[in-house]
Amino acid sequence: MIRTLGWVLRRDLLLVFRRRGDVINALVFFVIVVSLFPLGVGPEASQLRNMAPGVLWVSALLACMLSLARLFAPDHQDGTLEQMLLAGEPLVVIVLGKIMAHWLVSGLPLVLIAPLLGLQFDLPADALAVLCFSLLIGTPVLSLIGAVGAALTLGVRGSGALVALLVLPLYVPVLIFGAGSVGATASGTGAEAHLLLLGGFLALALVLAPWASAAALRIAME
Amino acid sequence: MNWGSWQNFLHMGGYGLYIWGSYAVTLIVLVAEIVALVARRRGVIERLEKYYLARRSNNETKA
Amino acid sequence: MTQSRKFSWFVFSSPQSFYPLAGAMQPWFAALAFVLCAVGLYISFFVAPTDAQQGESYRIIFIHVPAAWMSMFLYLVMGFWSGVGLVLNTRLSSMVATALAPTGALFTFVALWTGALWGKPTWGTWWVWDARLTSELILLFLYIGFMALQAAIDDQRRADKAGAVLALVGVINIPIIYFSVQWWSTLHQGASVSMKSAPTMAATMLLGMLIMALGFWMYSIAATLARVRCVILERERHTDWVALEIGKQA
Repeated sequence: MIRTLGWVLRRDLLLVFRRRGDVINALVFFVIVVSLFPLGVGPEASQLRNMAPGVLWVSALLACMLSLARLFAPDHQDGTLEQMLLAGEPLVVIVLGKIMAHWLVSGLPLVLIAPLLGLQFDLPADALAVLCFSLLIGTPVLSLIGAVGAALTLGVRGSGALVALLVLPLYVPVLIFGAGSVGATASGTGAEAHLLLLGGFLALALVLAPWASAAALRIAME
Repeated sequence: MNWGSWQNFLHMGGYGLYIWGSYAVTLIVLVAEIVALVARRRGVIERLEKYYLARRSNNETKA
Repeated sequence: MTQSRKFSWFVFSSPQSFYPLAGAMQPWFAALAFVLCAVGLYISFFVAPTDAQQGESYRIIFIHVPAAWMSMFLYLVMGFWSGVGLVLNTRLSSMVATALAPTGALFTFVALWTGALWGKPTWGTWWVWDARLTSELILLFLYIGFMALQAAIDDQRRADKAGAVLALVGVINIPIIYFSVQWWSTLHQGASVSMKSAPTMAATMLLGMLIMALGFWMYSIAATLARVRCVILERERHTDWVALEIGKQA
């Protein structure tokens, strides 16, 4: 099973690096959207500092959601997904491998660049650290939940907006506790509770989401 | 609960707008749902009548 | 000796046999709903006294709480039947789940609307982003997402099963709504009605609320039965019995 996981991971990463534009897209989208907010609301530092956790988290969320189109649709279009379903390997493992590849390409870069963007918003150092950590725990959850939405809407007309409609309500708790952790650090009440809950979400999503996505893929490919 | 007068009943101790706003919207929503259901049933029956007529005229069925 | 055939309720799991049953039951549930709501409204306006703290504004409770209960209950029922349809591959279960969604969504909207109109005079604000209100809003989005997903997929069986997966994933929201007032200190008041202890509100208020809740429940059943009959006709139009049925309606 680990070999299958490694194989799927390697395959997906290889495919993404052949079209490096996709990797850059999510990152650039994130940076641009985050930069739009100070331009829109004005450069006053205290206002930006208050807004920063929410703005950064929502932008990360949107960037992750936009990149969900890459997760299953290309394989579905060229027939590889059908072969994956027919393969003897458990579909859950294959799905988990794809989600991991998705996160490494669309989630992890956001985590790495978030401190720089947080500086744009005049966030103090401890808030920056909590922001990175919350994104580190939270973006995998976004990829996991997003995979369920992407699998449900595979090949459906107008699936872009539909995925957003399905997945954003489920993203809301992650957003609340992710952004809330940074806000709690800034206000001094401590982010442990928020981060622990995020960790709980990650554990729950790791167990349930690949299984639900695999079920949804089978339904979509019947 | 003795309201004394129609004025008192409508006024609801100052909260008339909120209370009647709630009850009225609820009533509107429920009535709208019922109307929509009646319209849906009628629409289904009309559409299916045309569908069966078309099938019969195409000789797709003996009915 | 002729073998006596035992009656089984499973005979009603085919759309063809459920259709007339639903048609026969529906007027009774509609009548029950009307009577119960009429009694409940009478109690809410003419029997229940003025509240010591909230004055007359508390009377919104007779709609708000029953609607909120219905919004959660209907989602659970919808999740149950779509799950049954997913696992056992029964068409009718999925049809019932599809028929439940609009009614559930409307009650969620009513709960949110009446909650806002109750919050303004008592809390001073139309809306607050606390756990219960936010998760009830998410419930509305889940209902809408369920209906949108089923509408977007052309293949009926795939639409049923995909909707089932979505509904079941969203079920986790219901305990969050219910227990949110215990888990977080929120602006929304805690539970006054519980299975374990005596209720903390006046008897007439509680009675009115429970009767309205029952009335809404009967209404939901009646509306769902009416809607599932439409769904059955639409989906089973290729069968002879539907052709006969439409012929009778003409």
